[in-house]
Amino acid sequence: MSARDAILAAVRKNLPRPAVPLPENPGPERKGVKHGLGYKEHLTRLPEVPGAPDVNEPLLPYFRRQLEAMGGRSFEAADAAAAGAKVADLFPDAKVVCSAVPEVPGTRTIETVRDPHELNDVDVGVVRSPLGVAEAGAVWLTQADLVVNALGVLSQHLVVLLDPAAVVETMHDAYGRIDLAASPYGVFLAGPSATGDIEGVIIHGAQGARSLTVLLIDQTSR
Amino acid sequence: MTRPVDPEGRAARFIALEMHESTHDRLVWGMRHNRDKAVAGVPEWEDLRELASRIKDHTLTHLDHYLEEFEANAIRLGTHVHWARDAEEHNAVVYDVLAAHRVKSLIKSKSMLQEECGMTPYLQKRGIEVTESDLGERIQQLADEPPSHIVVPAIHKLRTDVAALFAEKIGTDPKDSDPHDLAEAMRQNARPKFMAADAGMTGANFAVAETGGFVVCTNEGNADIGAAVPPLHVASIGIEKLIPRARDLGIFIRMLSRSALGSPITQYTSHFHGPRRGGELHVVLVDNTRSDRLGSPDFWHVLKCIRCGACMNTCPVYRRGGGLSYGATYSGPIGVILGPGFDLSKYRELPFHSSLCGSCTEVCPVKIDISDQIYKWRRVVAAKGMLPLAKRVGMSALGATLAHPSLFHAAEATGEWALAHLPRFLLYNPLNPWGKRRELPAVPKQTFRQWYLENRRTS
Repeated sequence: MSARDAILAAVRKNLPRPAVPLPENPGPERKGVKHGLGYKEHLTRLPEVPGAPDVNEPLLPYFRRQLEAMGGRSFEAADAAAAGAKVADLFPDAKVVCSAVPEVPGTRTIETVRDPHELNDVDVGVVRSPLGVAEAGAVWLTQADLVVNALGVLSQHLVVLLDPAAVVETMHDAYGRIDLAASPYGVFLAGPSATGDIEGVIIHGAQGARSLTVLLIDQTSR
Repeated sequence: MTRPVDPEGRAARFIALEMHESTHDRLVWGMRHNRDKAVAGVPEWEDLRELASRIKDHTLTHLDHYLEEFEANAIRLGTHVHWARDAEEHNAVVYDVLAAHRVKSLIKSKSMLQEECGMTPYLQKRGIEVTESDLGERIQQLADEPPSHIVVPAIHKLRTDVAALFAEKIGTDPKDSDPHDLAEAMRQNARPKFMAADAGMTGANFAVAETGGFVVCTNEGNADIGAAVPPLHVASIGIEKLIPRARDLGIFIRMLSRSALGSPITQYTSHFHGPRRGGELHVVLVDNTRSDRLGSPDFWHVLKCIRCGACMNTCPVYRRGGGLSYGATYSGPIGVILGPGFDLSKYRELPFHSSLCGSCTEVCPVKIDISDQIYKWRRVVAAKGMLPLAKRVGMSALGATLAHPSLFHAAEATGEWALAHLPRFLLYNPLNPWGKRRELPAVPKQTFRQWYLENRRTS
């Protein structure tokens, strides 16, 4: 018997009983009902919990606050020129700026990269994310956005363009908007690479990007 | 019978340097504290726990169905799917894939399953260079020790321990124990290994039946580099990692890092669905006693575990004795109930390495009855006649005493007299590990019962 058939047979023989039905996953569509999975419906005020969202707080400031808590930072950029200027301003010493977006041309466009190893010298990578998640301070990036996936992790610093209108509240909302099987790679990136492996001291830039900067810029800005 | 591991002796060696015990306790309890703060910020937390628990219950009671669904969808995406009955078969399958691609060097991210299978020594023996890329795992690899915690593998080491280790192994300044400098030194050391690796390996936190893909959660992004740079990515996935639907991830991802470290999400939550452009993707679905566990009415719930480590962070025994004291791949309360399932004889002492306080059960995000299972494993150990002599004699004497009130009253009075008058060595002797580093309270002049009879009986 193949390993596959042997394992499936052993599993079938040992399935625990009684079988448990699959619970409905309320997901984002049930917001507003008593046991929904959003955050605002439940909240009156939790002053003793730092970082908890305020009922009246708009989504964007909450997203920016959570991103900062994860070690990232964000700036508003009015248009493509402002975004390019911001990158130049933040990284004056960058030699290689590899870009996957038209707003910031950089010194190298990702389309010219054939092999991920070519990205080992990148000082700043620039990409655009189609989705932000407020509660996690995270941006969503797929192979379609990165073109070469390694751009997200080999770049010393990463700049992510994000339309402020593309920020959703919770991870439930986020998973409701993406089609996982449509891309070989997709990552929720919340701040830069980090580690707490030596005495719990939080250090940014463990193996991936040393910093994550989100530039809030309308999708129509280019 | 395999020789049992000796948690008491191992813990004693760990706490021989007092700094280890106090620092470990402070750091691990800090993670539990951060978890509480994060959980308090999610008012629907208990709803999430209940949903997560039921989704896992459902999946495990239909596991054959979900394994087949996952396999079919993964293959459709172009993933090569392998199956392995046990650790040896897992290692052989991995080696065959690597050998077919002429892999000489491998960069891997943290995988408890690969630890469980003893994969690294197996591959090294066959000439493949294996490098751990998670900082904590790399520290443990250089120290030739297993991980002491499933989330932060080197949390039992002081910064000075790491500085000494790195000085010896990668040539850093032994006097520089600044964690920032140590982490930077490892970044510089690891990058060329990522660039030179022929293959990257990862584990998986979740495998989604509906989509045929899997999710890896890291804070360093090391799994992503290993998957994005070398042309070959091989992932080891325990068969219990399945969940039915993509949107179920919303529930589990919201809970995982909040339970582990107190952050709303890990820095990288990475989804792999088929090979990346220009790459090849293999997954190995591994049983290794999981299907046996499924058939055990008392113990199958342990398979719901999402490896967050919350039970370890809250455990008073784990916090004080450190993860290496368990002498097993998995430590802490979850290790206590996983270990005996792999090898009852070897891990028969672990169910007694617990105070049964129940805190682990309270913090578990998927509602595993951890403390009940610890108790049930004690019964299994006793029923198999594997109790150590001291416990056997002590327990039967205790049983008889507690069963007879007159014996109990006599013992109570004698005990108090003895505590007050016996020489120290009789109480703090080597047969009584509880006497080590602990002082008994001062002895009252009379027992409660004597006091009660004198003062309250008549009223």
